[in-house]
Parts: sequence; structure tokens; C-alpha cells
Amino acid sequence: MIKQVEYISLLIIPLFILFTVLYGTFKKVRVYDSFVVGAKEGPAIILKIFPYLLTIFVAIKGFQASGAFDFVRDAFYSLFAFMGVPIEAVSMAIVKPLSGSASTALFADIVKTTGPESLATQMSAIIMGSAETTFYVLAVYLGAVGIRKTRYLVPVCLVADFIGIVVAVIVTKWFF
Amino acid sequence: MNVLWLIMICVSIVFAIFTGNLEAFTKSIFDGAKAAVEVSLFLLGIVSVWLGITRILEDSGLIYRIAHLFKPLICRLFKNIPGDHPSITAITLNVLANLFGLGNAATPLGIKAMQELDALNGEKGAITPEMMTFIVINTASIQLIPFSVIGILAGYGHSNPAAVVFPVLIATTISAMTALLVLAAFRKVFR
Repeated sequence: MIKQVEYISLLIIPLFILFTVLYGTFKKVRVYDSFVVGAKEGPAIILKIFPYLLTIFVAIKGFQASGAFDFVRDAFYSLFAFMGVPIEAVSMAIVKPLSGSASTALFADIVKTTGPESLATQMSAIIMGSAETTFYVLAVYLGAVGIRKTRYLVPVCLVADFIGIVVAVIVTKWFF
Repeated sequence: MNVLWLIMICVSIVFAIFTGNLEAFTKSIFDGAKAAVEVSLFLLGIVSVWLGITRILEDSGLIYRIAHLFKPLICRLFKNIPGDHPSITAITLNVLANLFGLGNAATPLGIKAMQELDALNGEKGAITPEMMTFIVINTASIQLIPFSVIGILAGYGHSNPAAVVFPVLIATTISAMTALLVLAAFRKVFR
């Protein structure tokens, strides 16, 4: 089952591109020129996104380096400790919404230090698989179209992230 | 976002002063700047590629055909998208890319979807309900198989790394649904 899905994942982009190019040619589109025209819009969008990305990355890195992150983690740990949640999983739950690369590194570290079949690993694996790098998504998608008035979107995402972590903990407890 | 950013910066600096991490904090600002440049350069490449591909979709009219095909499905969640609008195609392709764990395609297609949704936006600079729904779906991470997690578990000798697939699928489905419920609840309160 996994192998099949993996194969479909490998196949999907090449097939999609092939189909697009062939259909375009069939419809008498000059696909090369078309592609170039589309690609030309790329730099302008990235220029729009860059300041948003920079602003949020500086805040996240500073938050991690200042020791504030450790404080938040310990606070959450005391909140979740009674449910038997390992501190490593708490770290994972806080890092994942902030940074994709940091959460991957942290996950590898958790597997290495606590063993591949520990509760901390299982729980982190489920958090890692079911949560998203919320702040990155917000910066990129809002930045791309220059949204300044976000209304209640950020609180919704934070509440949803929190519930997502609780769900991940419950699901882990249920399965392992 | 404004409040959140202000809190993060102020709290970080206060903590840096009290925990003696001032040097690390200052260094982290430049690390953050460097990371932003690296990620932007990476995005520049893949976003341009996908804009090239979607341009062919537009010029050949395929984008409207795909939109027509998926309209019944997408318009259940996104109420105010008219006819066979290109945003339906961008949203569909983004969701598919997410499902199959194709991050390098999902983000550019998501940006494309945001642009198409912004084309329907009457008040530029302000978010629309459709954009909110789209972003909430994306932050809830719907993925059939978490390949990177399985890869790391297998790399460290887990006896059956594929065992995480089912729990992850359940966790991600429940949290995606609750995320949409949370959004609906906020929408009721703040209308």
C-alpha cells in the first residue's frame, strides 16, 4: 500500500506536466513561450513574499535563541505532564508550527536519543506528520497577495494548532 | 499578526536579557535573515517553474476545464467562487499536491491559488473568507503518507515504520476538521 502511494507520488508530477504540454500543443498553444511568460512572474511574487518571510523568521529565530522558547516549552510541559506526555513531544509540538527544518532536525534527534520505538518518538512522529509549519504558510500565502488585514485568521490557526496537538496526543495514546 | 509579532519580539528580548542569551539573540536575528534569503531563493526557482506550467494550463483553457470538473467538490467549502473560476483549479491542484506529500508543488500552487482568490477580492489588502478557508486547510496539513517521518524512522532502525501511517491519517483528518470548525465558530462570533 505504502509502496503504491509512493509510486503514484513519484508519477503524479511528470504525468501532469506531460499532459499539460500535450494538451497545450493540441490546443495550438506555443508551450515554450507560454512557460516563459508564466515563469516571468516568479521574481515579482518572491519579492513580495520576501519581507514577510524575513520578518517572521527573525522573530522565530530570536524566540528560540533568547530562552523564551524553553520557558514556553516548560510551561506547556507542566500543562501536559499529567497526561503522560514526554517533554520531547512537547518540544516537537511547539517547534513544528514555527519551523520545518528545525522540526525535522528535532525529530531525528528524538529518534536517536530516545530510541525508534519509544513513546516520545511515536508521539513526535504523529505530531510531525499531522501538524504543519503554520507561520511559514501564513507568511508565504499572505505575503504573496499583500494581505495586511488578517482579521481573526491568526487566532483560528493558533487554536487549531493547539487542538491538533491534543488530538495527536490522544491518538498516540490510543494506538501505542 | 501585528500583535503576535510584537509579543514574540518583546518577550524574546526580555528573556534574552534575564537569561544572559543576549549574544545568541543578536546572532539569531542575522540567522533569521539568512534563512529568509535562502528560503526565498529556493522558492524563486520552484514558484517560477509552477507559474510556467500553470500558464500553459491557462493559455490552453485546461484550467477552466479542471475547474469545471472539481467545482462541485470545491464549492462546498468555498461558497463565493463564481463559475469555472481558475482559483478552483489552483486550489484542487494544491490539495492534491498536499495529499501526496509534494511540498515543492504544493506551496507554488498555493501561492497561485491565493493570487486567483485575490482577483475576486473587492477590498485589496484585506483577507476574504475564501482565503481564510484555504489557509486553514493548508495549515492543517492533509497528507496521505508522511514520507519524511517514515524515512527518518526507517533510518534509525524502527521495526515497522509504516505503522505511523494510520494514526497520522486519523490525527490529521480530525485536526483538519476541527480547524474548519474553529474557523466556522470564529466566523459566527466575528461577523
